[in-house]
Amino acid sequence: MTRARPAPFTPPPDGTHPPLDYAAYRSTGLRAPSQPPIVLPHRLTEVTGPLLGAERIGPSDHDLTAQHAGEPIGQRIIVSGRVLDSDGRPVPDTLVEVWQANAAGRYAHARDNWPAPLDPNFTGGGRVVTDSSGNYSFTTIRPGAYPWGNHHNAWRPAHIHFSLFGTAFTQRLVTQMYFPDDPLFDQDPIFNSVPDPKARERMISRFDLDATRAEWALAFRWDIVLRGREQTPFEEPHDD
Amino acid sequence: MTEQSVSGQPVSEQSVSGRRPLGLTPSQTVGPFLSLGLPWPDGGDVVAEGTDGAIRIGGVVRDGAGEVVPDALVETWQADPEGNFDHPDSAERSTFRGFGRCPTDGDGHWEIRTLKPGAVDGQAPHVDVSVFARGLLDRVVTRIYFPDEEAANAADPVLATVPADRRATLVATATAPAELRFDITLRGNDETVFFQV
Repeated sequence: MTRARPAPFTPPPDGTHPPLDYAAYRSTGLRAPSQPPIVLPHRLTEVTGPLLGAERIGPSDHDLTAQHAGEPIGQRIIVSGRVLDSDGRPVPDTLVEVWQANAAGRYAHARDNWPAPLDPNFTGGGRVVTDSSGNYSFTTIRPGAYPWGNHHNAWRPAHIHFSLFGTAFTQRLVTQMYFPDDPLFDQDPIFNSVPDPKARERMISRFDLDATRAEWALAFRWDIVLRGREQTPFEEPHDD
Repeated sequence: MTEQSVSGQPVSEQSVSGRRPLGLTPSQTVGPFLSLGLPWPDGGDVVAEGTDGAIRIGGVVRDGAGEVVPDALVETWQADPEGNFDHPDSAERSTFRGFGRCPTDGDGHWEIRTLKPGAVDGQAPHVDVSVFARGLLDRVVTRIYFPDEEAANAADPVLATVPADRRATLVATATAPAELRFDITLRGNDETVFFQV
């Protein structure tokens, strides 16, 4: 049976994603492949992908401050935004997974043992699904910065890890959301591994006064843009 | 739809109608603590235990020094045995989950339980794989092919683009009935072939 092959996804512009081989981030040394990747044209396996949604969400996954008997220490925040593709189309009903350090900058993980306190009321993992317009929102506490062994006196800027699927294997993205005006950006090789400074800025959320809740929580907004599909060159422009 | 600004992108550069693409969000490493956010209790169970025809595929992830990588995540995506996906772009939509995810353990080992995929789109049966880890600023992508598909592998258009002396890194090894081994070497001797998608 023959069937039109679905359109491939557009390649990311140069400078958008970090190179794998990036010496300033030392852990790349033994883990980044030494051979250049072989281009894999998009066929059906690549333009399809798992359509994960509400079935993967537990009752308190959207509120990282409500997963234990008490409330975690720290500044309560609401993080929200939209998931779009590069054509500006919202990605509805898609799974967004997040994880982060606590307010003191410590992860609730056996291998994180720097001397900052654990918080018995904070684990730091969450999951939400976008709505029909691609909007997501979750409540958490603002994570702290933390030191790491990459270079002398290295500190990671405060960040929240994000994992996204979109609708295709090619759209899979794991990234980090940062906070505005962090003085630690300049010395962080992971943030600066993104070559294009404008692309780097797209990892920084903005303070969102409209989304704050009076007497309750501050808010940050962060939109996420996944790859879009190739358009045929003859397609007429259209309004959605 | 109503045009809204997209945070981080100047409105002058945005066009919801798609004339000028939005800038993509860059990739960043999963870091060493992905186990707080990504694994699922049933992540490796692409099919449930006891499913007819189930096979196990697993192996060890190693770094460029030959050391095992105990903090990686392996994700898989594949067709069902008829070559269909649980996706609207599939000619016939399958109900097969097709997706597996398994963090590596202290020995660098990962494993999924699944069904052998059928041929897809003129290609030999294969499983697309993403590997995430600390030290990887973006995922790396590879493919698992099957050792009992010699003729189909020889005709596969993707394997044909891989230098002959590296193709073996993409073919799993049968270790027991219904059990396949697929080791992933991120760097160095016997480095696995990785693809740019």
